[in-house]
Amino acid sequence: MEKKKKRLVIRTIILAVLVLAIGYTVYGTATKDKVELIEVGSKAPDFTLVDLNGEKHKLSDYKGQGVFLNFWGTWCKPCEKEMPAIDRQYKIYKDQGVQTLAVNIAQTDFEVQSFVDRYDLTFPVVIDKTKSVMTAYNVGQLPATLLIDPDGKVVKIITGEMTEEKIASYMELVKPK
Amino acid sequence: MENIICACGHSNPYGTKLCEKCGRPLTEEGKETKVVDMRYDGMAIRSKTYNKTFIDKIWNFFSSVKVGITLIIITLVAASIGTILPQEMYVNAPEANKAEYYEKVYGWFGKVYNNLGLSDLYTTVWFQILVGMLAISIIVASLDRGIPLHKSLKNQRVKRHESFMKRQRIIAEGQVQNPDETLDKVEQKMTELKYKVRRDGSALLAERGRFARYGPYINHVGLIIFLAGVMLRLVPGFHVDETIWIREGETRAIPGMDGYFIKNNEFTLETHDNKPQGEQLAQGVNVMAKNYQTDVTLYKQPEGALPGDLDNLEKVKDYSIRVNHPLKENGFALYQMNYRLNELKQMNFNLVNKANEDESLGQIEIDLTNPKKEYDLGNGSSVEILIYTPDFSGFENGEPQTKTSIPNNPAFLFRMKTPETPKGEVSFVEIMKPPLEPLGENKYRMKFAGADTRDSSNFTIRKDSTVPILFVGGIIFMIGVVIGSYWNHRRLWLQVEPDGRVLMAAHVNKNMFSMKKDLDAVTSFAELPQYEDQLEKPEDAEKPKKRGIKKKEGDSTL
Repeated sequence: MEKKKKRLVIRTIILAVLVLAIGYTVYGTATKDKVELIEVGSKAPDFTLVDLNGEKHKLSDYKGQGVFLNFWGTWCKPCEKEMPAIDRQYKIYKDQGVQTLAVNIAQTDFEVQSFVDRYDLTFPVVIDKTKSVMTAYNVGQLPATLLIDPDGKVVKIITGEMTEEKIASYMELVKPK
Repeated sequence: MENIICACGHSNPYGTKLCEKCGRPLTEEGKETKVVDMRYDGMAIRSKTYNKTFIDKIWNFFSSVKVGITLIIITLVAASIGTILPQEMYVNAPEANKAEYYEKVYGWFGKVYNNLGLSDLYTTVWFQILVGMLAISIIVASLDRGIPLHKSLKNQRVKRHESFMKRQRIIAEGQVQNPDETLDKVEQKMTELKYKVRRDGSALLAERGRFARYGPYINHVGLIIFLAGVMLRLVPGFHVDETIWIREGETRAIPGMDGYFIKNNEFTLETHDNKPQGEQLAQGVNVMAKNYQTDVTLYKQPEGALPGDLDNLEKVKDYSIRVNHPLKENGFALYQMNYRLNELKQMNFNLVNKANEDESLGQIEIDLTNPKKEYDLGNGSSVEILIYTPDFSGFENGEPQTKTSIPNNPAFLFRMKTPETPKGEVSFVEIMKPPLEPLGENKYRMKFAGADTRDSSNFTIRKDSTVPILFVGGIIFMIGVVIGSYWNHRRLWLQVEPDGRVLMAAHVNKNMFSMKKDLDAVTSFAELPQYEDQLEKPEDAEKPKKRGIKKKEGDSTL
């Protein structure tokens, strides 16, 4: 009887391992092609970029504050549309512990500066010259917005344009309690 | 499910065909046949032993050779159907239009083919499950048969029961003069023939090429390693296949290769400057490329540096990436895949008076990768860029718009100041178009004075740590095939009673000819009685030779 039991256990283990391996393969293949940003709930990869004034911004320096992280480009129409709204909400929430950081994708200082001047943006705008932060966050489509809570965790990812109402609610979401 | 007690007293597991100890046939069928089935050496196939729980039922399903062969056939048929039309990834159409593409190019068949998911067969769930089930079948069936066979071959007894001996295909019976001398002679001859000889009293067992029986199992191990390698490609870090476009002068983070940056120093396209001839002419090719080359510098961030941190980049190496000469670093390889020539990099303009366009007040050189706000020409003249759109696409509410960030169609809104017009004149300049003057007619204009261009290179970044695994799997597979095909397991049993009665039997899992050759040699050397092939009828012995048809020899025992 002992032998039979042992055999049953071994067979169960072997079959379970094989079924898990197949399941993993099927799942892996199914999700492989989907371009996904980093996972919600995971820690936001730290980075450091320089803004138009030459100041360095390091994500982890904002620990304790919520971060509204927006990837954009001047040629991207929805980005352009939401920028003034983001700026208005930034002014409201910056004193409540929500930092806004706009990451431009590898454009020239001239283009970014004229854009900022035109819309009179007051939040820091950094340029990802080598697309290294874009790669680290696996950003494919613009605009892409990540909401990072005071602990540095990604709580929400939004791709596409946002209304001002939504922007306000997102900033509320990551406001330190 | 009780054990079977053999006449010799040995207790065999249920399903055993030949007693593990003495070799007596245990089934009714076995007792009646003239020649026993030596497959798996008569051991009980494990799945036949227990068949009670749910797990056992699944196990037995996969253990079945019939199920295994059915799975192989289904997989083969499915895989071959997938080759009728090109698979989706090789179809030159945008992702969204692929369904239409199949219908347009292949008609109703293409539509059905695509709708059934056959156009992306190898990544479909059902095909992967099919291959997975095949893998389970291979593993389970091999365990079920391989382990008992191994045990049986390892624990072979020299002395077998007469009923076992007599049911082998090759048998001989007779008398010898001197039993001990006969045994010695057989041992001597068989050792000479590279057999391993064991003796137990008056019994002798000579054996050669036992490892040939493991061929199919080795082959299965290789197959499983291969499949595991394919599966590992999905595990992050094992397989990277990314692509990057990079212009001359640019430095970019390499996707998939964390912490590495690459700078494109120069792209070179060399062509053969021969006169088109032969096939080149026939195919209408004017210029043939000799070399595509990108000179790059590879940089690495210091340990622990964050993305975006470009301070203290360490230079790893300079390299010229050419076709078939990828840049290799740390398991990654960067291949030259494509190129784009002549993207605008710099535009030059002369500030001229419309009345006298030949006389310039000075030239400005606008670096499109870093345009300046203002260009001072000295002599009291200056040019200011108010707006720059790299890829001008029209006006919207009076604002010039850009389609992309790539300088495909650069346009500028300039403010030109001269001593004559100190307040400045505004002019909108687009390539190949007359300037627009939104604030009234100007005295001055920006006259295009040439441009500089640069090229871009496209690299593929690849890393495949599974290749060595696939390689090892493939080699083991081939070794298994070779062992199973070119070697055979030959055995000779001999028992001489003190009174001179001799009983001989032989078995080979394939290639009976080789066995008979050895038998002939030992028979004449040790003066053994002539053997008999129980499966060969005496009257048939001549016929096959005459007809030129060779009967397949051996029983292909696993």
